[in-house]
Amino acid sequence: MLLGVGITFVAFCLTNIVPGDPAAANLGQRAIEDPAAVAAFRHHYGLDKPLPEQYGIYLWHIVHGDLGQSEQNHDAVTHDLGQFIPATAELALLSIFVAVVVGVGLGVIAAVRRNKLTDHVLRVVSLGGVSMPTFWIALVGLYVFFFRLNWLPGTGRLDPVVSPPPHLTGLFTVDALAAGQWSTFWNAFQHLVLPSLVLAASNIGLLTRYTRSAVLEVISNDYVRSARAKGMPGHTVILRHVLRAALPTVITVIGLAFANVMTGAVLVENIFSWPGIGQYAYRSATTLDLPAIMGVSLFVAVVYITVNFIVDVLYGVIDPRIRLA
Amino acid sequence: MTLLRVEDLRVRLPTSSGPVTIVDGVDYQVEQGQVFGVAGESGSGKTISVLALMQLLPQGAQVDGRALYDGRDLLSLGPRALQQMRGRDIAMVFQDPLTSLHPMLSIGKQLTEHVRVHEDASRDVAKRRAIELLEEVRIPDPEQAFHSFPHQFSGGMRQRVAIAIALACRPKVLIADEPTTALDVTVQAGILRLLDRLRRENGLAVILITHDLGVMSSIADHVSIFYAGRIVESGPTRELLTKPRHPYTRALIDALPHPEAEEGSELVAIGGSPPTPRARPDGCAFHPRCAYARESCELSVPSLVPVSDSRLLACPIDPLGPR
Ligand SMILES: Nc1ncnc2c1ncn2[C@@H]1O[C@H](COP(=O)(O)OP(=O)(O)OP(=O)(O)O)[C@@H](O)[C@H]1O
Ligand SMILES: [Mg+2]
Repeated sequence: MLLGVGITFVAFCLTNIVPGDPAAANLGQRAIEDPAAVAAFRHHYGLDKPLPEQYGIYLWHIVHGDLGQSEQNHDAVTHDLGQFIPATAELALLSIFVAVVVGVGLGVIAAVRRNKLTDHVLRVVSLGGVSMPTFWIALVGLYVFFFRLNWLPGTGRLDPVVSPPPHLTGLFTVDALAAGQWSTFWNAFQHLVLPSLVLAASNIGLLTRYTRSAVLEVISNDYVRSARAKGMPGHTVILRHVLRAALPTVITVIGLAFANVMTGAVLVENIFSWPGIGQYAYRSATTLDLPAIMGVSLFVAVVYITVNFIVDVLYGVIDPRIRLA
Repeated sequence: MTLLRVEDLRVRLPTSSGPVTIVDGVDYQVEQGQVFGVAGESGSGKTISVLALMQLLPQGAQVDGRALYDGRDLLSLGPRALQQMRGRDIAMVFQDPLTSLHPMLSIGKQLTEHVRVHEDASRDVAKRRAIELLEEVRIPDPEQAFHSFPHQFSGGMRQRVAIAIALACRPKVLIADEPTTALDVTVQAGILRLLDRLRRENGLAVILITHDLGVMSSIADHVSIFYAGRIVESGPTRELLTKPRHPYTRALIDALPHPEAEEGSELVAIGGSPPTPRARPDGCAFHPRCAYARESCELSVPSLVPVSDSRLLACPIDPLGPR
């Protein structure tokens, strides 16, 4: 609750500190020169009131589920968010899933093969994932898999000729499956592959490196030796005994991965014309669409808080010493 | 019947300044139903020498020699055979009970997982056996302990749990590294009684590493004394503790209060400190601290040779020998 007030306050301050006049950004050249039009604009959006009052009004509206009206398209911000969040959620969730499976897997392999060739190769790969700019990976990916090989579609969520599945969750793959539309599912999935992989690249690198070091820290512990001494098979020792103890670190990094995905989405969605929150945020920011910007900030804040909360709960589930403390 | 025969075991461990010899040629054999005691100062290589038998040494360790068990050399077992041997033929209780249990897995899980692997036992069978074992090592309320986690237990209780884990697959040989050090006297007596019963009833052989010569004299049949990575003297417990022949054994016994001490003999600390593995003296490693040392002691490493039916000694001077 307190956190909510804090976040809206910060978001509110930030958006008001931004140098730039929303009227200038949203009105045509003609209207700008007409003081009456500017005043009307400012009055319409409540911009002529003192800041504390603006904030109070804003809070009041939030509590009632009203995030204001976008200055760009005059839709309710909640409506816009409702429309764009599912697209981003689908992209982000798949991307995180891939990053976790691949990153943790490679991290464990690198640790087990420590200082062998595999480890060195994986080190280069993960460093590459972390340090190569996302836009570059995106462009290379598009060039190779779309333009050259034509294995994957280029942009958008579906081919233009394919109509979206009946709305259920807004996640096209899920909705298509629910409606039994296999070809729509396949089409939506193909569109997801490239952007989600691009979005996953830096997280794969991050997770590989942190998992490797967490596993190495655990693997020399006495209790791992005990597990071997009991005659537990090697893979069980790694999965049950070692990875279990490394999990708190891994979970922390997965939390960070969510943050990366939120920022990465802005870039990736713009490159792949993905109609999600990232693109919306970009458009609102460049047009100084304050209600939309604040709506996006609020959404991002809610995601952070939720992810952090889940991470904290998971710590307790994983480690009985925390659970009972 | 001889269960385990160790021949010329040598271990070199990697360090930042190159490999260092920790165990330097050790021979012994362990009989069925025997409690084989190992004593010696801290750092003499007791733990490393038994870890070598289970191939549990840190990566990069060089192990030479042979350890014959059931016609096979434990030191050259492949991964699969090794995994099947560990826990089922030879089990181990580690020195430090605080770190040897997994902090995030329940006691029950740690007591049953290897039973299920080795014996393909069902969950229920494994659990029943676990509860019995917890009773045998005198854990109060075994049913509840089964569902608890290590941090909820004291060091002594954890050590007892570790013993229960080691015994769960009914091994033929139990390697116990200071198994009773963390326990109070009554619990210690209970554990020793349990081991004694298992060796009588099931023919369990125990390699018992302990500093406590009291524990040693109460349960061990045979004692080997380690010094600087070698066995310097070995023989039947009572004889060895009452009539030590190696000057180091003598000093070790004199340095510890124990029930076998002769009336009026006083406690004397051993002068000097044991050599580090890196800076072992030439010849007999004990000669710089030995009251009976002669010039010849610096020249060659004395080998362990029989001095009577049952006793072996690595001291050609034998100053305490029978007169
Ligand atoms: N991983 C390692 N790398 C290098 N040297 C080691 C390593 N582990 C142990 N040592 C050295 O090996 C020697 C023997 O150690 P070991 O643990 O076998 O002694 P110990 O006889 O069991 O002593 P204690 O009674 O204290 O348990 C010690 O000098 C120790 O410093
Ligand atoms: Mg030791």
